[in-house]
Amino acid sequence: MGVPSILENRQQSIVFKGRKKQEIRCETDSEAGCVSQRACVYCGARVVLNPVADALHLVHGPIGCASYTWDIRGSLNSGADLYRNSFSTDLKEQDIIFGGEKKLTAALDELIPQFQPPLVFVYSTCVVGVIGDDLDAVCKAASLRYGIPVKPVQSSGFIGSKSAGYRAACDVLFQLIEPPQPLEKDTKRFRLNYLGDFNLAGEAWIIRSYLERIGVTVNVVFTGDSRYEQIRGAANADLNIIQCAGSMHYLAGKLQEAYGIPCLSVSFLGLDDTAETLRAIARHFNDPSISEQAEALIAEESARVMPAILKYKSRLQGKKAAVYVGGGFKAISLIKQFREIGMEVVMIGTQTGRKEEYEKMDSLVNEGAVILDDANPAELERFMLEQGADLLVGGVKERPLAYKLGVAFVDHNHDRKHPLSGYAGAVNFAAEVYSTLGSPVWQAVQGGVRHGRV
Amino acid sequence: MLDATPKKLAERTSGSMINPAKTCQPIGAMYAALGIHRCLPHSHGSQGCCSYHRMHLTRHFRDPVMASTSSFTEGASVFGGGANLKTAIKNVFEIYDPDIMAVHTTCLSETIGDDVPTIIRQAEVPEGKVVFHANTPSYQGSHITGFSNMTKAMVTYFAESQLAEKEERVNIIPGFINPGDMREIKRITAAMQIPFTLFPDTSGVVDSPMTGSFQMYPRGGVTLPELKKTGDAKLTIALGRFASSDAAETLEKKCKVRAATLRTPIGIKATDAFVMALRGAFAVEVPRELEEERGQLVDIMTDTHFHFHGKRVAVFGDPDIVAAMTEFLLSLGMKPIHVLTGTPGGALGSGMAGFEGEVKEMLSAAGISGNVKSAGDLFTLHQWIKNEPVDLLIGNTYGKFIAKAEDIPFVRLGFPVLDRSVHSYLPVVGYRGAMRLIEMISGALLDRQDRDAADEDFELVM
Ligand code: SF4
Ligand code: SF4
Repeated sequence: MGVPSILENRQQSIVFKGRKKQEIRCETDSEAGCVSQRACVYCGARVVLNPVADALHLVHGPIGCASYTWDIRGSLNSGADLYRNSFSTDLKEQDIIFGGEKKLTAALDELIPQFQPPLVFVYSTCVVGVIGDDLDAVCKAASLRYGIPVKPVQSSGFIGSKSAGYRAACDVLFQLIEPPQPLEKDTKRFRLNYLGDFNLAGEAWIIRSYLERIGVTVNVVFTGDSRYEQIRGAANADLNIIQCAGSMHYLAGKLQEAYGIPCLSVSFLGLDDTAETLRAIARHFNDPSISEQAEALIAEESARVMPAILKYKSRLQGKKAAVYVGGGFKAISLIKQFREIGMEVVMIGTQTGRKEEYEKMDSLVNEGAVILDDANPAELERFMLEQGADLLVGGVKERPLAYKLGVAFVDHNHDRKHPLSGYAGAVNFAAEVYSTLGSPVWQAVQGGVRHGRV
Repeated sequence: MLDATPKKLAERTSGSMINPAKTCQPIGAMYAALGIHRCLPHSHGSQGCCSYHRMHLTRHFRDPVMASTSSFTEGASVFGGGANLKTAIKNVFEIYDPDIMAVHTTCLSETIGDDVPTIIRQAEVPEGKVVFHANTPSYQGSHITGFSNMTKAMVTYFAESQLAEKEERVNIIPGFINPGDMREIKRITAAMQIPFTLFPDTSGVVDSPMTGSFQMYPRGGVTLPELKKTGDAKLTIALGRFASSDAAETLEKKCKVRAATLRTPIGIKATDAFVMALRGAFAVEVPRELEEERGQLVDIMTDTHFHFHGKRVAVFGDPDIVAAMTEFLLSLGMKPIHVLTGTPGGALGSGMAGFEGEVKEMLSAAGISGNVKSAGDLFTLHQWIKNEPVDLLIGNTYGKFIAKAEDIPFVRLGFPVLDRSVHSYLPVVGYRGAMRLIEMISGALLDRQDRDAADEDFELVM
């Protein structure tokens, strides 16, 4: 097959660094007829809320929406595992015709006494948006009947993309947060909320341990391994640090507005970002002991992982990476992280990146690198080949595409196998990159007995 | 794991699902459409559904799964999705250049009430290209229904009867099974030297070989001329009532091709029935090759029967596969005491006995009383198992939660299998597939026995 053509309407969503000045078109809807890699509002909301481990997550809609999201994220938890079950109202034809409110009420009446959750999320799906069920009313009534929060999540899929879902989720989280406990005057405490880590492969645990080591308490993680109790108390913090800005900036903004909690954008991906983040936190608290402990941790951890990083760097030097991930924050960090292991990013794209993020990416990549928004597989294929990428970083749907092209692959999404945050994560990342790039299986790809090419 | 599942069974009347054993129609339609050569499935609805369906199929097959979407936005939900679909049709042929575009609906476009055939008629379809559709509202049936509907659409749109006399050829509708199984069905039919058309045929599409380049449309799949000719074949064999019989019956009505519905050929009995049906209709000898395979299977069954006898089994998944598997378990002397499917039973087509009736009949003929349920969920299955424990669990990947919670040996079978590879390449159908199943089952049971054996009971030879 020849190189697929690029749809005219898509051309503005693809820019090359260094060629004529052009602004990338992003934050728009996908073209009809595209093989878009994008997900929906419900998906976004579910991703953010799913790690709330003791909540009952009820999907109000036909069965599919629930089936596809049953335990798809590797969000680890310590103890409560109600969130790993899949609950659906399984709407049928008569519910579509006569409305699904009755069925939702019946489902809540059955499930709440059975599972006794401290909190229920009710997700709206596309169909529910169209048939016009009054989720608010049903949830409110159930909430009164059972004395627990039953929260509607307005996540009908067609009202936007994944980011709209993040917003819907943040709205709900904010509603759960109670005003802070009054503090004794002059008490000094170093207590923060960590926003935008879903504890994939246990990443939030690593960060929590770092923060504890430098004398900072983690009040609650949004939402990796979180519980209702912790979320309620989120206002009792002096700082919000946000990692996955795409999903959590909005919540941080609301917390700042309502309770005056300042916020700091951070990244724990890669050695430099991790160190810089720890220092920024220390600077914020402006306390000598925290600074000292942060420096000590940075020195100790860097020294521990440096030999491994350098070993990988020497082997990976000069290789080229392509990146296609969900949000802009991760894309930015990855450019830096690849540089730490001697690799250059030659193609970078996201599903839902924002304009500022694309500008940042543009400033980080080398001349000639291609930057794309909401790419389809044909474009990914074309640019990976044109740019000579040796490796693709992406999600589930990109993996087999890369493999078919004989390009190595690392999952930086739900299917990641190891924690990729912090110092330990930086080594895992380098190791994963190396193990896929260095695998002998690629040698077999070129062969073929028929033409005697073995 | 799944600590929340209580042992005590309570009546459930709300109709909600806890840990579903089914998913929605469009994914089945998408899978069926992939079984046509150079066909791009198209999801008429929001992009999210399409993304999920592709992701799920990709995880199961570990191959790229291509499908386009109408990308509904708020406007579409108010004014209908006609404009989106027309733009989509134009764009798809312009960029992705398939020969055929298979449109299926989603809950959303169904609820809005889009008249898809009319929209297709009004759309600009390039010369020589084809667009067809199936309605797949997910609030009815399951992914199996969706597979059935899309397969039926292939008949309604394409099958023609052009000849005065039927040709010596068989149409085989395989049902929602893996490409490895489809290959095996083709191999068996070819070994009997009977001309055939298998449709849909996803072999060579979602198990395509690595060549170092990405093929948007791999070599596999039934072709359009082949689909047309299905109307001239003398027999259609529908393997599996739920996934295949609707299309076969439609073809019978439309082109007078006799339809025979058989079980999915899993296990010795169902494979025998398949082979005998072919032999009977085409008056051919069963080749030595198959005789030999059958003999080997029987040999293996006798060699191993003492491992299996009386072992209690829970089996769940898609109705055609579960019914056939139940039959095979009975042939091995095992006791399938919990049998469950998520797909609602019996509502498809006319005159079909429900899943529950079919399975119960098999069980009672074997003198076994067990729990049988259609439209069930894994919460129910888990509760059954808590009340009446089993020695083995068979089902798709989601069974691993129960297997872990209850510490039961587990054999992965059906769709989806998201946590193991190779399963989609090798068959479970036919005599050789049955051998493979025995290997899987005895492997699971005996590994467990070895693991748990005290040193003094640990045996080298088993
Ligand atoms: S909306 Fe319908 S078609 Fe889409 S995933 Fe949900 S159940 Fe399936
Ligand atoms: S129906 Fe809507 S909410 Fe459900 S998966 Fe599809 S796009 Fe998402």
